[in-house]
Amino acid sequence: MTLAGGARSMRSLALVTVLSLLFGCSRGPASPVFHESTDPETLAEWGVLAIEDGRLVPRDGVVDYELNTPLFSDYAHKLRTVWIPPGTGANYSSEDAFEFPIGTLVTKTFYYPLAVEGDLGQVLRTSKTRGLETGGRLVLDQVRLIETRLLVRRASGWVASTYVWDDAQRDARLERTGTVRTLRLVSETGETAGRDQVDFDYVVPDVNQCAGCHATDVKRGSLSPIGLKARHLNREHDYGRGSGRANQLDYWVRSGRLKLPDGILAIPAALPRAAVWDDAEAPIEARARAYLDINCGHCHNRLGPADTSGLSLDASETSAVALGVCKSPIAAGRGTGNRRFSIVPGRPDESITLYRMASTDPGAMMPELGRALAHDEGVELIRRWIAEWPNARGCDQVTSNSARHSASAARLSRSQG
Amino acid sequence: MTRCGAFLYGRLQVWLVLSLVLVGCSTKDEAVVDGRFQRELQTRLLDAKPGEIIEIPAGRYSLDRSLSLRVSGVTIRGAGMNETVLSFKDQKVGAEGLLVNASDFILEDLAIEDTRGDAVKVNEGERITLRRLRVEWTDGPSTSNGAYGLYPVRTRQVIIEDCLVIGASDAGIYVGQSEDIVVRRNTARLNVAGIEIENSQRADVYDNVATENTGGVLVFNMPNLPQRGEGTRVFRNKIFGNNTANFGAKGTPVASVPAGSGIVINSNDQVEIFDNDFADNATAHVIISSYFSTGYMTEEGVAEIFDPYPEAIHVHGNRYSGGGDAPDGLDLKALKLAVFGLGGRFPPVLWDGYVDSKKTRGGKLPEDLAICVRDAGPVLNADGPGKYRNPRVSAAEYDCRLEPLPPVELKL
Repeated sequence: MTLAGGARSMRSLALVTVLSLLFGCSRGPASPVFHESTDPETLAEWGVLAIEDGRLVPRDGVVDYELNTPLFSDYAHKLRTVWIPPGTGANYSSEDAFEFPIGTLVTKTFYYPLAVEGDLGQVLRTSKTRGLETGGRLVLDQVRLIETRLLVRRASGWVASTYVWDDAQRDARLERTGTVRTLRLVSETGETAGRDQVDFDYVVPDVNQCAGCHATDVKRGSLSPIGLKARHLNREHDYGRGSGRANQLDYWVRSGRLKLPDGILAIPAALPRAAVWDDAEAPIEARARAYLDINCGHCHNRLGPADTSGLSLDASETSAVALGVCKSPIAAGRGTGNRRFSIVPGRPDESITLYRMASTDPGAMMPELGRALAHDEGVELIRRWIAEWPNARGCDQVTSNSARHSASAARLSRSQG
Repeated sequence: MTRCGAFLYGRLQVWLVLSLVLVGCSTKDEAVVDGRFQRELQTRLLDAKPGEIIEIPAGRYSLDRSLSLRVSGVTIRGAGMNETVLSFKDQKVGAEGLLVNASDFILEDLAIEDTRGDAVKVNEGERITLRRLRVEWTDGPSTSNGAYGLYPVRTRQVIIEDCLVIGASDAGIYVGQSEDIVVRRNTARLNVAGIEIENSQRADVYDNVATENTGGVLVFNMPNLPQRGEGTRVFRNKIFGNNTANFGAKGTPVASVPAGSGIVINSNDQVEIFDNDFADNATAHVIISSYFSTGYMTEEGVAEIFDPYPEAIHVHGNRYSGGGDAPDGLDLKALKLAVFGLGGRFPPVLWDGYVDSKKTRGGKLPEDLAICVRDAGPVLNADGPGKYRNPRVSAAEYDCRLEPLPPVELKL
């Protein structure tokens, strides 16, 4: 640490002390605490995130991370952190979530950049980073904090909870049954007065709804992180002063947070990597599959709660039928939108998948939870993917078994080319 | 009573009193979302311990988000299907009224109204009891109603009894991909499908009333699912006047069901239908059909291992009256006119005529896979494979017997 840096730290420390005295809130422990059996009432008590210097900051040892392609949550931005008890590390997996040691704390803070600085009433719809400094520091007068979701790895397995921020953005309280925040979302473009805006109910999930996504194996029912997989984490991240930009997997390995088995080299290019969904340079196929994987694959996989549908959308799926090609729905109800097949190659407007993504009707939309708004850019991506399907022939009906079998001989899954 | 029991009982009392106070301010006409009740109830569901009974007193409660339970061994009990009413008319969040992912679950004596999606979905669990429930979409049949009323899926050892289900835009009672099922003494009205057993093994459907649906009782197999269904008995039911125009969303399996259908078997095997009373189902009392007739069979969209043929179907000892006189859909109307004339009617049992030619010997299916129909007069073979050009009627061709299917045994 340089002398100047040290002085700055001293000054911030002094400031924090003064602020704490002012607000009477010396909050929480100075470093992360593993609560072994019960969730404390406030987020501060976990000691993962602190308010310092008008910022929400990860405590020492807590590392922030980002995903190649994230889950859409009503245009919320997310600050993700993980803390692994010192002296331990996660075991690598090429496909599944890493296996983290007991005591691991994962947080995800949902926030919106403010449309007008200081006005919590209007939040901004933007894909650009706003109010976030390197090192996972959120500038509080530029953002509205909504909730911080927490996954803790206890001896019994992963446990999920969520903490909802107060209006003063000083602390967040445990909210087991969820709640609703009505927000005004303002588009980034145009003048302030004439901007497009929409009021919507941001829904904080209840604890069971956490399991609705995180219980990725419906028979076992146990929870699991979703984003903490090699393919999602394999990307560069700016760690700020000291470390600068580094590949996340590489950084985790070097800092002892991730243990690679023998024979797996810590060469990011050799490890699985999901596409970035809005990377115009990447192939549309890879972008669409990455999008479906993170937004749908936690339920729609061969072991997940949506295995009842026969539709499997995680990254490992290779069957065209399972992805929905010319597949009739099983129990979609009016979620079909009067369309006949999940994906009609070449015809997005005849494809149920697209209808359900664009819907905001709770009885028809997909995902069922976690959004009140449609993700216009995501819908557009899947629309292009279906529209630009190679050798698209629609979905022809067959009326006899001999026709069926001769056709199946020519059948090729799209992913196999 | 154990200390733990006393504690729970004490909490329950507190909760009951609270709820009763809350009930005091809502009436049927004025549905205000009861946030406090909703929060209390969902908290009870989150904190439930195995063996716990959660009682919801009489009253009408309005909720705006779905409820969910993930703890096994819990009973949720109301004060009666007309006394305790959970209304989801103002629902904003959740694809169900109640979503359960647990075993040893009992839900009884209450009503669930107007959910945006399914009313009660139980996904993955064993020993599930749904009893004396009313599920209703109160504005009558509409495509905008929720899809399923009572919907156990991926369950084993399931009983649904003495329930009333009205207005589902797909199936009122829908048991999917399950094993060892009893559905009895229920009434299903004004749904697209009254009762549907799909991709399920060993189901007994008896003593039910299915009326005013599009189709009364459906026994289906759908492709691309890990579990294939077989072994359903449908007996002693009253299945009449299922003539409501199909209001299912296009693309759903039930959208292919013609209005006026009593029982429809599609692509399922080992189905025994006996001792039922059928009346006034205007297309046909019993339709035996293959996936080819649904309009959903595509080259790419159906896994090759899927067997689309209904086999080992045994229809006997039923009573039929009226019906068959006004079939739904142009193909069937034309077929009726061609074979039976303007004033004629379809016989009680209609078969689409698809046979797996790989299994036939001398043009006939082996005895144990045959379609056997007795006590029903001649059966109409619609000649689906020949595009309905050569329909034919015969009683003798179907005069055979299959071994009776064993009763379902539940160990609840």
